[in-house]
This record gives sequence, structure tokens and C-alpha cells, in this order.
Amino acid sequence: MSFFVSLKNIFKNPNKQIKPDRGFFVFENTSEVIRAEKIIRKAGFEVRVMGPPPEIQTGCDLVVEFPLIEELNITRSLIRSEIKPIAAVPATSPLLNPVNIFQVKDFGQHLMVRAANMKLTIDKKTNIIVNISGGGCPDVPYLAAKMVGRSFHDCRPPKEFGHTLCAYALQLAYEEMNRQCSA
Amino acid sequence: MLSIIGTVPDETFPLAEGIIKTDHNDLCIGQRRIPVTRGTPALIAAAVKTAEYLGNNNIHVCLIGDTGLGHGSRKLYEYLTENITKWGSDTMVFHYLLPDSDWHNRVLFAIDDMPKRPTLIADAGFMYAAKMSGQAGAYDLFTPDAGELAFLADETAPHPFYTRGFLLHEENHTPDLIKRAYKNHNAAKHLLVKGKKDYIADRKGVLKIIENPSIEAMEAIGGTGDMLAGIASGLIESGIDIIKSASTAAYINRLTGEFTNPSPATQVIELIQSIPKSAGKTDLMKTL
Repeated sequence: MSFFVSLKNIFKNPNKQIKPDRGFFVFENTSEVIRAEKIIRKAGFEVRVMGPPPEIQTGCDLVVEFPLIEELNITRSLIRSEIKPIAAVPATSPLLNPVNIFQVKDFGQHLMVRAANMKLTIDKKTNIIVNISGGGCPDVPYLAAKMVGRSFHDCRPPKEFGHTLCAYALQLAYEEMNRQCSA
Repeated sequence: MLSIIGTVPDETFPLAEGIIKTDHNDLCIGQRRIPVTRGTPALIAAAVKTAEYLGNNNIHVCLIGDTGLGHGSRKLYEYLTENITKWGSDTMVFHYLLPDSDWHNRVLFAIDDMPKRPTLIADAGFMYAAKMSGQAGAYDLFTPDAGELAFLADETAPHPFYTRGFLLHEENHTPDLIKRAYKNHNAAKHLLVKGKKDYIADRKGVLKIIENPSIEAMEAIGGTGDMLAGIASGLIESGIDIIKSASTAAYINRLTGEFTNPSPATQVIELIQSIPKSAGKTDLMKTL
């Protein structure tokens, strides 16, 4: 009985699922998060880009979840690359997971992938990006202006010049499109 | 007066407020030209075409350049808190701004001080901020697409990027997601949900469904949602009630597809050009 109750509580209370050895870095904006993720991974640390807990959400944010034990080493790597987190905070509540469901639609000549609110469409024969649709953050029209009309394989990935969560969603659609094209 | 507030994808574009003009396919404000690709310029262009059809040419805009860093959006939010009450707008449309719940609330507080509250429409980033700040009910109309409706239905998601997978599955029925969004107070007084079928709903449930003509390629074309929001805004400003405006806008939007015969590679400006012809196929003039 006691085993059943404690098992039930684990599933009932999401806080029990938090790994006490994890923390998260908060940055000025989403593009810094994307740069930091790249730098930290290159330095050999295992990190995840996640959504912030409700108490620090402002609307368009990401944080980098990291192993607390490595805080100093990771911070050093970031400072060497001139990125300074605003804060490093132990994770005391569950972080939000980015979207992981994709919808793929085949129009015959064109293929469309949707990730959350972002859609990317290419011409299957030429691999030219013919349309980018959806989203609500101000870099979506900017990203579309830079990407539409270019070959999918030659185009810079949106995470390299986007700044918002919509750009990150477009990056996920871009990666899924890559998987679809390689399959 | 209809006021449209949003951003253009150019960091050098200064804050500009005034009546929008058109020249060929471009929008013009002061000495600045704005090409119509997608986003707020597409919404404005669609509202202009709708207004022209109805014999109304004065569309007021408040714009700034922002490519996602948020500098422009924050300047615009600040400008709105100081100036929005002076415009005397009857209808306000808030569009592509970097979602920021604190700034959103300050803008809404400013609107609360207006002697006559305008009809409030939100789409794109401003709609995200409205939902996240728990103020969705202060708006008269939201115009989400399928992905954004799932976000509104997800009470935990602060942005569509965090919408939980079980709400994004295609087998989810739009009416259920609408119900869930209202249950959690995350929907405006009216919803116009863009998709394979367009749903017009309020707290009581689905009121109308517009599903014909059905032009599949339009789903892939960037800016068709902005165009729909622009047409609806133009109709609402003309005095047509929100439900009729939303359903007529959905129908006109679909007709542009029928007249243009688009492929997934078509650009939205082609569709926008056929708004007057599409509006002519409706009973709009009898309504007014």
C-alpha cells in the first residue's frame, strides 16, 4: 500500500520528477540562448534548451538546462565567447519542453512541414524553399525574406540568424524537412 | 478609424504613425515604402483593399522595424502606452510584435483609460502576449490558425513553441480545442480559426463554419492568415458585426484562392490583389 501511495505521488506531483542536479541559465534574449547552446555543446557539456518556469516567463523565452555541478566550467566557456548569462538558477520546478510533433503534407510537387505554428514548404524537384508561413514573432517575415527562393541545402539554418521562439520552431521544421529529404 | 499596429522586417525602419498610402504593390508612409510580403504589411494591404472596396480609404497605422531582437517592439510598446489614447480609433488591430506580457499589460491599461473602448483585434505575437498575460477576454477577436489554436487551448504554454504534443495531434477536433481555450479563459470574445475549414466561434461554441471554396495550396502560402485578419478588420471597421465580418472575411479569403488558382509557391500579394473581385462575389454591399 505504501509503495502504491508513493508511486502515485511521484506521478501526481511533477516536482518529484525534477532532477535536483539540474539548473538553468537565463539569457538576455533567445538568440543568445541559441549561441550559448552551440558553445556549451562544443565545449563537451550535455545541455538542453527548454522553456523557463512560469515565474520568469515574459513571453518569448528559452533557457539552457545544464548539470549544476558543471556550472563554473560552463560559465567559463561562455565568458570566453563573450556571452554572459543573466542568472544561473537551480531548477525547482519543471521546465517546459519544446514542441516535438511535426505535420508533413505532400502537395505533389511541393512538401510542407509544420512545427508548432511554423510551416516550411519546398519544391521537391529543385529543393527551393517556396514559402514560409505561420508564426507571430517579428523575425518571421525577416527569415522568410532571407530564405524563400533559396535552395534548402544552401540556405543558412534559421537558428543562425533568427532571434525568437518562432525562429526556433522554424529551425525544428527545417531539421524535420532535412530528415524528410534524406529519407 | 481603423488603426493597425505592428512591425516591418527592417531594423532601420523608424517608428512611423499616420495614414497609409499605396503605390502599385507597395505601402507608403511618409517617405518610406514597404513591400508587401507577409506579416503586418500583408495585413495592412488586405485591409486597404477591403476598405477601398467599401469606399473607405483612411487606414491609420503605427509601425516600426524589428527583425526579432525586440528593440523595435519595445519602442513601439512604449510609444503606444503614451499615445494610443489620442488616436480616437474605433477599431484597433495588434499584430507582429515581440510577445512581452508586461508591455502588453501596460498597453491594455492605457486602452482602459479611453472614454470609448475600441473594438480590439489581436493576431500573431500580440495575441500570444494577450493569452500569456491572462487578458485574452479583453479582446473582441483573435484570428489563430490551427497551431495557434492548440496553443490557446494549452493553458500551460506561454508561446506556441511549447504547445504540448497531445494538443497538436491532427486528430484533435477544432471545436474541442475552441471549447478548451474558452474553458481556460484563453480566447477572445470571438475566434476566427483559420484552417482547412474556417471556424467562427464564441464562448457558446462554434457559430459558423466556412469550408468552400477549398484551395489546399493556401495553407502553405505565407501571409494568408495575415490577409484574412486584414479583411476581417476592414469589414468590422465598416460597422458589420464581428460574426458576420469574420464569416464574410473567411469566404472572401477563400475566393481569392479560387480566382488566383495558386500553388504552394504563390506569394500572398497575388491573392491580395484579387480581394475586390472576391468581395464583389459576396452579398457585402447589400449588408451595408
